[in-house]
Formats: sequence, C-alpha cells, structure tokens
Amino acid sequence: MERERPGPGDRPAALIVGAGIAGIQAALDIADAGFPVYLIEREPSIGGRMAQLDKTFPTLDCSSCILTPKMVDADQHPNITLMTYADVDSVERDGDIFHVRVRKKPRYVDPDICKGCGDCAEACRMKDRIPSAFDEGIANRSAIYVPFPQAVPLVYTIDPDTCLYLTRGVCGRTFKCKDACPADAIDFEQEEEFVDLDVRAIIVATGFDLIDPETQPEYGYGVYPQVMTAIEFERLSDASGPTKGEVFVPEVDRRGNTVVGDRKPEDVVFIKCVGSRDPHTGVPYCSRVCCMYTAKHAHLIREKVPDANITVFYMDVRAFGKGYEEFYDRVRHERVTYRRGQPSEVYRRGDRLVVLAEDTTLCRSPGREPIEVEADLVILATAVVPRGDVAQVAAALGIDRSPDGFFQEADLKLRPVDTNVDNIFVAGCCQSPKDIPDTVAQAKAAASSALRALVQAREAVPAAGGPAERW
Amino acid sequence: MALKTARMTEELELFGCIQCGKCTGGCPVARKTTLNIRDLIYHMMVDSDMDLDTHAELWDCTACFTCVERCPKDVQPAELIIALRGELVEGGRIPETIGTALMSIFRQGNPSSMARQDRDLWAEGMEASLEQAKQAAQDGCDLLYFVGCIPAYDNRVQPVARALMRVFESAGLDVGALGTDETCCGNEVRRMGEVGLFEMLVEENGEMLRNVGADQIVTTSPHCFNTFKNEYGLPDTEILHYTQLLAHLLEEGDLTFGGSLASEEGEKKVVTYHDPCFLGKQNQVYDEPRAIIKAIPGVELVEMDRSRERSLCCEGGGGRMWVEGTNLEERIAFQRVQEAADTGADILAVACPFCLLTLEDAVKVQGLDEQLRVMDIMELVDQVLEEDVPDASDQE
Repeated sequence: MERERPGPGDRPAALIVGAGIAGIQAALDIADAGFPVYLIEREPSIGGRMAQLDKTFPTLDCSSCILTPKMVDADQHPNITLMTYADVDSVERDGDIFHVRVRKKPRYVDPDICKGCGDCAEACRMKDRIPSAFDEGIANRSAIYVPFPQAVPLVYTIDPDTCLYLTRGVCGRTFKCKDACPADAIDFEQEEEFVDLDVRAIIVATGFDLIDPETQPEYGYGVYPQVMTAIEFERLSDASGPTKGEVFVPEVDRRGNTVVGDRKPEDVVFIKCVGSRDPHTGVPYCSRVCCMYTAKHAHLIREKVPDANITVFYMDVRAFGKGYEEFYDRVRHERVTYRRGQPSEVYRRGDRLVVLAEDTTLCRSPGREPIEVEADLVILATAVVPRGDVAQVAAALGIDRSPDGFFQEADLKLRPVDTNVDNIFVAGCCQSPKDIPDTVAQAKAAASSALRALVQAREAVPAAGGPAERW
Repeated sequence: MALKTARMTEELELFGCIQCGKCTGGCPVARKTTLNIRDLIYHMMVDSDMDLDTHAELWDCTACFTCVERCPKDVQPAELIIALRGELVEGGRIPETIGTALMSIFRQGNPSSMARQDRDLWAEGMEASLEQAKQAAQDGCDLLYFVGCIPAYDNRVQPVARALMRVFESAGLDVGALGTDETCCGNEVRRMGEVGLFEMLVEENGEMLRNVGADQIVTTSPHCFNTFKNEYGLPDTEILHYTQLLAHLLEEGDLTFGGSLASEEGEKKVVTYHDPCFLGKQNQVYDEPRAIIKAIPGVELVEMDRSRERSLCCEGGGGRMWVEGTNLEERIAFQRVQEAADTGADILAVACPFCLLTLEDAVKVQGLDEQLRVMDIMELVDQVLEEDVPDASDQE
C-alpha cells in the first residue's frame, strides 16, 4: 500500500531509483540507519528481476522465498516511502540538494482502498488475453492485474495499453471490473501526478534487460517455439509460475499461437553466450551469470525430467564465485553432458530440432566432423544488456555511461559505486552484469556511501547558533 | 610447400580466435570434407610452419562467409582460406581448372575461356537496345547495368540478362551498358587467392566505372554486386543488385505486372526462394527478392526451413564453379533441392547465376526435374511483364 509515511521533516533523505534486490537492500540499510528513503519503482510491484527467478545458484534457495520478506520489510519500514508505478521525471541539482520530480502514473485503482482480492481481474473482458510480461509471455493476464501473486504493494493496476475502456472508450454496456470490485476502488478518473522531493543522495539501481535473441537469427528463436530464452525457462520452472513448475515442450496450437504444451522434453540443449562476448551484437563483455544459471537450469531439468538427455554447449565455463565450481561439479555428476563448442545453427528435422555444432574436443577424430544434436527443447542464455531507457536516465541524472552502455562507475577498482556526479551512486546490474551476491554487496556499498552524504548533511545543518540536531 | 605462419597469423589477427568452433560448426562443406577452418586457425597460432601441400581441402571453401558472419570475435575465418590460397597461387600450386579460369579472366575478361568480342552475344534479339545502352554509357547515364560474365556467356543464364533489359525498358529507365568493354568484376578472383589480378581488375574496372559516372550500378549477379559494393571503393555510386532495383520500381509503381502464372484452373504456382550467400548472408538483402516474388500474380511463396540467415550454400561460390573440391559425390546442392522439393514448391527461385546453374544441375541429377523447376526471379518476372512497353527513347 502506498500509505503516507511520516514526512522526512528536515532529516536529509535519499532517493533510490529501481526496486529490485539492489534498490530494496540499499533502501533497507539506509532506512535502518534512521534516514528517510524514497524508493521508486516504475513497475506496479517492487521485486525486479529476482522476483522472476525460480531457484538461485549455487544454494538453490527459492528466489521468492528469500526476496519476499525483504519486499515486505521495505513496504512496512517506517523510514521508507514506496512509490511504485512511478518514474523520475526530472532532477535538478542545487548545491548539495537534488530537487527531484517524480511522475506517478495513474493505476486507475485507489491504492488505499484496493484489497488485492482479484475479483476485478476475474471479471475483466480481457481475462487471459494479455501476455504477462512478468511471466515472459508464457502466461496471460487480464487488463487489470498484479504482476505476480506476492506483489508489493498488492494493489491492482489497469494496463492503459490493453484496457478496452482506456483504449476504445467503451467496455461493453458496463465496466466489468468496476462492477466486480467489492471495495469500489476502481477510478477511471485518476490522472498522472507529480511529486516533488528534495534529497541529498541518489542511488541508481535500474537493473538490466536481456538481448533480443533474434539478433542471433541462426538459433531460430521466434521461428521455433521449442527455442526459448533462459528467463522464459525461469518462469516455466517456477513452482508458483504458470505451469506450477512443470517443464513442458512449447508447441503451436491450431490458431498459430505458441502454448505451453503437455509433453515433457526428452532432449534438452543449452546454448550459452547468446549475444555475450560477441562484439557483433554490441555485447563484447561476458554477462557473468549465464554459466551458473545454465548449470542451475540443467540441474532443474534433471530434477523435473529424470530421464532427459541434457547437453550444455559452452565456449568456456566461468564458475568463479563462492561455491560455484562445486555447483558446476555437482551438476555434471547429475549426468549433464558439457560439450565444448559454440553451436552455429538450429534447424528443423521432422518435428524435432537439430543443433549444429563443432565439438572442438573431437578435433581430427575420424568421422568427427560437425555434430548434429537432436533436441526438443533448446534454451538460450541471452546476454545481459543495459535497460532500453538507459540513455534517458543517464541524461536526466547527468551521469556517464561506459562504452558497454551501462552506467559508468567513477573508478572501476577504488570507487566502484560512485558516479561522476557527487552523491549519485550506482548499484546492481545497471552498472554491469552481476549475480545476486555481488548485487547485494554493491547495494550495501552504495547505501554506505549514501549514508555518508546524509550524515554529513545532518551534521552541517545546525539550528542557528546551536549544536547540530541529533536523532 | 611450407608456409611460415607468424606473419599471416598476425596480419589476419588470428590471435583473436577463442576456438569456439562456431565457424566450423556452421561451415556447409565441413560436414562433407576435411575442411576445418577452426583447426586451421589453431595450427596457424601454435605451429611455426604449415605444409600447404597437405591441405587440398583449402579449395573446398565456397566463400559463403557463414563463418565470418557468425564468428563472435570478428576473426573472419574465410579470409585465412583466401590468404592461404593466395600463397598457393603465388607458388603456382593450384588446381589446373582454377588456373585456366584465372588465365581466361586475365586474357579475355571472363572465366569461361570465351572470346572478349563475344561478350555481347547475350543480347541476341535485342541488339538495338544494347547499342542504345552502350551509347548511353558513353554519353553518361544515371544507371549502369553490369551484366557479369556468366549471364553474358552462359546459354542458361543469358535469358536472365535479357529479361532484365526488358524490365529497364518497361520502366523507362535511362540505362547504360559497357558491351565488350565489360570485364570480369574479380569477386571470385579474390576468393581464389589471385590478389594481383584482383587488384588489377579493381583498378581498371574502377576507372571505367568512374568514367561512366553513373549514380547507380545494377548487377545481375550478387557476386559482382558484393565486390563493387564492398571492395571497389566507389563511394559516390549506389551499387544495387537487380532485386533491390526491381523491388523499388514495384514499390514506386514504376513497374507493374500483368497476366498470371496461375494455371487456367486458377491454381497458383508454388514458389520457394533460395537466398544466395553473397546477397543474403553477406549483404543482408533478404526482403527485396521476396517482395518481387510476392508481387507476381498467380504465385504463392513458401519458405524452406533454412532460409534467410540460415540459408544453405549452393556450393557455387569462391571459385567452386571451376574446381570440383575433394568430395564430388555429396553435393550440398543435392540436399538443398531436396529441401526445396519437400516444401511442395513447383519452382525453386534464385537470384544468382551460380545458384541457378548448381541447383538446376542438382535437380536433374537427383531426378527431381519432373516436379521442381529452378528459375531465376527474372525469368518469373519476364512471364508477367506488361506487353505494352513504352519505348524508352520516347520517354526522353
């Protein structure tokens, strides 16, 4: 719920842009230290990418099980003002103070009244007809929705791009959602609002996107429904996801739509570095998480489909973190075949797919020309790339970007969370691809840097002639 | 013949290679011969010498450039093959048929051992049009038609060039042609490793093309198109493959089709299209040929599974028209025409002289000629070209 918090008074406050795990963690640390935080999220719920994940490597903790308590903490913290479905409109710097204007998009639902019961979504004429972005298009939702059941705040939002009333001005004879709502929370008169905030520190934690796999047309994504991305697989594998965690081979129904299907895969092939480490696609860097989540996905397939043949094609295996190499060892022992070679193409043979590759370790063995590995499910580890609006955000805040497109840290080694603007900090994948442990560590570093600015501001604002105010 | 590897390895920046194998994995000939470009690169890096006489498979490469397109590290594997062929050319250790083709290009301006003065024979029956075009080239024209060696001399491909001339007239274009002055573009020469001859052709042809000063050059062949566009250094001239020009004319309404390819019962001709490597993969021209086919009345376009970026090479490029390679039995074109036949198509449409010849031959050898015809897109267009052609000279 977006209830009003006690105002910051003259306590110096921080703004955090983006409420994924980085933003949430940084907000909690600053708030716990006694300073007010505005946590802004453009999606209807906080949680970010981590909320989309099934398990987390290398411990196989359920992602939402460890994330949801932090989301709730952030929501209930007396020093945190959550502003969801909102974005930064403008930032002006005045000495040590940032004047920030936040744009709150209309939800067309009163957040103080909505109980999150979902009767509206059940009644919506567009029910099960809008691809769910949270579920990566694997499941459909209504035009009025929460992105996922554990959403925080648990408040419904009307999608202005698909709501019949908002797009066409008419939704049958009567508003189904409005009729269904027991709390009378739906309000089509809601308008965009602007809120002005003065803050002393800003943490940018806007996260990442994944590269469009069609930039590598040789792998047939978009042509074959059985070729999916790793993030799509996360939703398929998630026990609270659209298939309740069952892994089925996608198929095309009679109307030509890709649907989940009802057949378990027999042969699963993973292709890593799809876009990553490839200057052609504008992604010269390693995306850092794909080796480990692919190992995790191979493990999950083994768990869910014990008899499946699982092949992971790789150029290099980068298992550098604590417990990572051990996890890679474990997964191989679970009858996962790692074959060295970057596949060159995917094509169809009958109703199966063929992955064409050279297994470079078979070099010069007689009859060991390029191999064809048949598959009924191909999973692409697509590159981590900057958010689509990274340029606008950088311009609004006046912060630099590095040649790879991510936000530029002031010094890679010694000032890893500072930017070129004093008291604007970066955390998480908006700075570069990183896994959850590194993201959280960086969030805590950014929080500590922001706190330094807040404490300095507090110490520097004594009442006229008196000592600095203390809390 | 031993090659010291160090210098070439550095010049071609082979140390960028991470041995991922994406090149060899997608190489259309790696599956049928011992050609392994990834392995060749590795030996260039780790060995100080390479015995080129033990690598007959170097002549198997079709220069389709699938490896170059897909290499994640911009290594350009096919350029190594071209460079190694260059060493062999330099040392005079080349297949005899390659030598004959290169000598013919040097002497007669074409690879087919045909006389230079016979280069205009393709225009049989439309000599007046060609004369007019030759005059236009001398007087200065906006658009220059570069016919190309195979369309000029090969009986099977000549109708493609004639059909293209009819389109120019139908659209009322001020087109020029070089006649017997036209000389091989050298695209295949470079890929066969004859750098010296290629550079000579670039210089002489470049000068001739600059003298004509056309705003646009249109080619029959994707191979001529490729080298003019990417290797000649003609920044002031727009280089077009004919499919690009026709698609543009259709879009602007400057070219219209009449009649229909459908049967009398109204049954449409089913056409599938094979992307030539030098047009598709290497120059990303995928949509224009399809736009033309779709605009032809009475035609239904169906796609093969492997199309566009995943199109299979016909094995006719990179000098392979003049050398059989180490595995003559299993031709990629056999597989390709079977894929085309499997779509149920009546016609396998192509937009490249080499593809036309290799695929048509494969259709015959595979006994598919009863069900599948190989035709250039121009031959389809020719059947539906409006008859009441406005005379080009009247338009001026």
